[in-house]
Amino acid sequence: MTHDIWIWAGVVLTLFIFSSLYKDNPFYRFAERLFIGATLGYAIALTWHNVIIPKIVLPLQHHEYILIIPLCFGLLYFSRFFPKQAWLSRWPMAFAIGTGTGISLPLVIQASLFKQLQGTMITSFTFSNIVLLVGVITTLTYFFFSTEHKGAVGKIARIGIWFIMVSFGAAFGYTVMARVSLLIGRFQFLLHDWLGLIK
Amino acid sequence: MIFIFALWCSIKSPDGVRAYDTPNDAGKSINIEWKLAADDSLLVGYEVFRATNNDTFQYVGNVVSGNRSFKDTKVEDGLAYRYKIRSKTTNEYSDFSLPSAQVVSAPQWYHKGKTITLIGLLLFSSLILGAIVYARKGKHLFIRRIAGLDELDEAVGRATEMGKPLLYVPGLSGMTDIATIASVNILSQVARKTAEYSTPIIVPNRDPIVMTVTQEVVKEAYLEKGRPEGYNADNVFFLTDSQFAYAAGVCGIMMRDKPATNLFIGMFYAESLLLAETGNMTGAIQIAGTDAVTQLPFFITACDYTIMGEELYAASAYISKEPLLLGSIKGQDYSKLIVLFFILVGSIFGLMGNRVIISLFNI
Repeated sequence: MTHDIWIWAGVVLTLFIFSSLYKDNPFYRFAERLFIGATLGYAIALTWHNVIIPKIVLPLQHHEYILIIPLCFGLLYFSRFFPKQAWLSRWPMAFAIGTGTGISLPLVIQASLFKQLQGTMITSFTFSNIVLLVGVITTLTYFFFSTEHKGAVGKIARIGIWFIMVSFGAAFGYTVMARVSLLIGRFQFLLHDWLGLIK
Repeated sequence: MIFIFALWCSIKSPDGVRAYDTPNDAGKSINIEWKLAADDSLLVGYEVFRATNNDTFQYVGNVVSGNRSFKDTKVEDGLAYRYKIRSKTTNEYSDFSLPSAQVVSAPQWYHKGKTITLIGLLLFSSLILGAIVYARKGKHLFIRRIAGLDELDEAVGRATEMGKPLLYVPGLSGMTDIATIASVNILSQVARKTAEYSTPIIVPNRDPIVMTVTQEVVKEAYLEKGRPEGYNADNVFFLTDSQFAYAAGVCGIMMRDKPATNLFIGMFYAESLLLAETGNMTGAIQIAGTDAVTQLPFFITACDYTIMGEELYAASAYISKEPLLLGSIKGQDYSKLIVLFFILVGSIFGLMGNRVIISLFNI
């Protein structure tokens, strides 16, 4: 068994979190709040060192005064603390959502639409190509909202949902495998790093 | 004789040096191309030299052998430059190539390679706008039944009957994510119902901007229903921006407050199963909605109803029946028909050996 105090701290917190499998209890609550508090403090420190200092303080020290405009705009977020002026926080919010959508739309059209569309157009009669084409067409039909899923459309959509479920099954198996390896990692920590039972 | 042999042995300089302004960029960049030296396989690489009008040539960079181009990104717009190249081995250099013609770097206002994206954007936007205008004229627009959404009313009603709160998790992504925007739209409808039934709604947030938006949305819903006093600002709060700490916090809320209804709607990552499993253990009725394909299997397994992918975007229109949202769903459906058309026509052309449709989408 290890004498490293930090491994002991990790073990205690791991067991506190595992205790929620029984039911909610003070140990779990302690670990949960410690986790939230520590990550929040870490995020604040990270923002200070990676955003505030390099992107505001240092450029201003180098006389890049143009940054005062976005800085003031960003500070409007804090108007939420003053109920009468809270409406001002909508401006930076609208700016962030508007620019974000504007930037992402062409990228989405290029990457998620045109490139996928191009990849779906088949050029040879192979089994995988046919599966791809039928899968895309039937799945797209399932997500067509303007007609009721009845008759031919209903049948095509039904095939589409089969394709969706098969792909979900594959994704489920793949991800469960990854999660099991996370659990194994935790047990390795307990049995190897802490108890030294496995080498 | 020795002199002639040495001349024959010395490495050859590359030729055909061509410099041109990098197309479709924001300026400050020049591309240089050349023909590979005849003895390229014996070389270590090529060195690039640059000169402005009257200056001497200065070294600007190098590439390894086999490369026939270099991008100089340390130039000023509006200045004329010339380039020349020389080959190098481990211990000797070739003569310099002939210098390129003068070239000037300049920014371009329009990226010609993205014309197809612009056409697509305009086409899909006009279809959506057209459908919205049509819907605003009061015309009836049909949207098919979406299973999970029909249960929203029942889910809110159940929380009301049990006298327990409703938990709404708006996902872990930021406000620029389409799934979050859709989630906020649905939250608006859900909050109207909770305001109507006087059911407490808990909205833990991972993103501070999403938090300000969700606070606004819930507050407005309560105002609209004439129950501003029912809105509790403390129930729409920021938890933490760390993924698993957020999951631990939400799981804690589920175990302590035992909400009767859990709604997980938005963008989710690896924490999806943790949330859905914990909610399942507490016996809550759960409805999830996300466009994260990798997380949908977990929600389907652990939740009572799941709104999948595109259904999420259609959800707010379906619930509210607002012409603006209904029109946008119709517009998206017409866009899908166009996509289907191109897939089929492109495949038919492709199978006949003609790639003209496929190459239309080269970006």
